[in-house]
Amino acid sequence: MNVIYTDNNATTRVADEVIEEMLPFFGGFYGNPSSMHTFGDRVGKKIRQARQKVADLIHADPDEIIFTSCGTESDNSAVFSALNARPDKKRIITSNVEHPAILNLFKFLRDKKGYDVVLVPVDKKGDLDLDLLYDSLSDDTAIVSMMWANNETGVIFPIPEIAEKVTEKGILFHTDAVQAAGKIPIDVRAAHVDMLSLSGHKIHAPKGIGVLYVKKGMKFFPYLIGGHQEKGRRGGTENTVSIIGLGKACELAEQHLPIMNTQVKELRDYLQNKLLEKIPGVSVNGDLENRLPNTLSIGFDAVEGESILLMLDKEGICASSGSACTSGSLDPSHVLMAMEVPFKSAHGTIRFSLSHYNTKEEMDHIVKTMVSAIETLRAMSPFWKDGKLV
Amino acid sequence: MWEYTDKVKDHFMHPRNVGELKDANAVGETGSLNCGDALKLFLKVDENERIVDASFMTFGCASAVASSSALTEIIKGMTLDEAAKVTNGDIADYLGGLPKEKMHCSVMGKSALQKAIADYRGIQIMEKPGEMVCECFEVTDLEIIDAVKANGLETTEDVTNYLKAGGGCGKCLDRIEEVIASVKAEG
Ligand SMILES: Cc1ncc(COP(=O)(O)O)c(C=O)c1O
Ligand code: FES
Repeated sequence: MNVIYTDNNATTRVADEVIEEMLPFFGGFYGNPSSMHTFGDRVGKKIRQARQKVADLIHADPDEIIFTSCGTESDNSAVFSALNARPDKKRIITSNVEHPAILNLFKFLRDKKGYDVVLVPVDKKGDLDLDLLYDSLSDDTAIVSMMWANNETGVIFPIPEIAEKVTEKGILFHTDAVQAAGKIPIDVRAAHVDMLSLSGHKIHAPKGIGVLYVKKGMKFFPYLIGGHQEKGRRGGTENTVSIIGLGKACELAEQHLPIMNTQVKELRDYLQNKLLEKIPGVSVNGDLENRLPNTLSIGFDAVEGESILLMLDKEGICASSGSACTSGSLDPSHVLMAMEVPFKSAHGTIRFSLSHYNTKEEMDHIVKTMVSAIETLRAMSPFWKDGKLV
Repeated sequence: MWEYTDKVKDHFMHPRNVGELKDANAVGETGSLNCGDALKLFLKVDENERIVDASFMTFGCASAVASSSALTEIIKGMTLDEAAKVTNGDIADYLGGLPKEKMHCSVMGKSALQKAIADYRGIQIMEKPGEMVCECFEVTDLEIIDAVKANGLETTEDVTNYLKAGGGCGKCLDRIEEVIASVKAEG
């Protein structure tokens, strides 16, 4: 069966060019980049190049790039470093729509370590309450961490503006840019951020490789204490193959940025408009004017997300639902709840997230499948009668 | 992804007895739009209290649809007394099992069936007896005690899997823990 992959905010296909770049380093070129021999340094040289390419994508210096094992490690390392750098400060601030890599970490720090955690709310469009954020910046604040773009809705936070206001006060600022990277331009210098997280598998590199950008001159406390790798900022022999792949992926991401905002965005808008046109009782979640170009979070009244996903799955279509189906409760995700998306459509929310590999034919097939899936499910829903919600 | 049995998948993709039953003389409803799943069960009962036909309308995940479909198949042909003895475990067994996180779907089937039987017999189901523990999903302490005893539940997570209680805002979790402890203390 042909797979139609529209779940790119979950993970992405590893680009062919990336695989090609990595293959030799799975095999013959297995040297340790730290070794004092030419064989090892063949790998070392590739890693230096990769570091440069990663730095280029976000307008950083190669020295400011630390390779980690994933986006989650980058997020955790950034926060723990900030807490070590500001041991007397007890307030930490983030939003209530963060990825669990930040949100659960902050809850842990609140419940187990006694930190005063401020979770800044969002409005119905998913935009951050900036006034509340700025009002909560206190002398006692160690760090503010705000995601650049939301994984579920694609809503973009005004990071350059926030970072300026936060760092002006001498407070450390971190951003989880895992979803923003490769989809919108990122310039760490212009944006005044102290630390920034990336993850390889969201930009067509393999899973299990991440990046933490740490601004030059900033005191950094390693999270993994060990050898001298990454200039002593992250111990452990490098994941050489994935780092090399990530370098290539960043180079490609840079090249593809213009396509994201034209071709991919047009496909996303096409899918959105067709679904709105062909199916009644549909609403799009998130700030439409201020969204990643590839993401569509869309709710269907009176039907449930998992059921829709299974019907899509039968046609080989991959997407996500807005439910945190990990708990038995089937409750809508914390992001949709934070936005006060009404239950009637929150339970039936589907996230389509596109990449440049998608085609218009695929969008047409999704629309056709969705029309019939929603019709079937509504025919058995007690909350849908005569073409409307009851 | 959930590991569903072939039977669950079959009953989801090809649900039996879907839709309103025009000449139904008993209806049982449970769940709500807010909860994320709901079931409306229709029964046609003859003068000997035998269920001659049954149908359902369900809003919910695949296991909710499959549980509803299975329920209608199980009870067709039964007398109301026989049907009253059907348990949520019977529904899950009919489907070759449900993931434990989805057991509440079979509980929902059982609850709609009880309500439909009460509806036929003209019994007003009174305000739920007991003390309300979970406001999000309207679950009382007595219901939790029943579920804990019947299914050997151990943790708050188990209770959420079976009754949903605690899966919303979470403020009732401490109270659920107390209720579980009280059952254990009884032995
Ligand atoms: C916004 C955001 N942050 C962090 C992560 C975690 O990245 P990783 O899976 O590499 O740990 C993800 C992806 O799941 C994400 O979407
Ligand atoms: S009261 Fe039980 S989950 Fe909210």
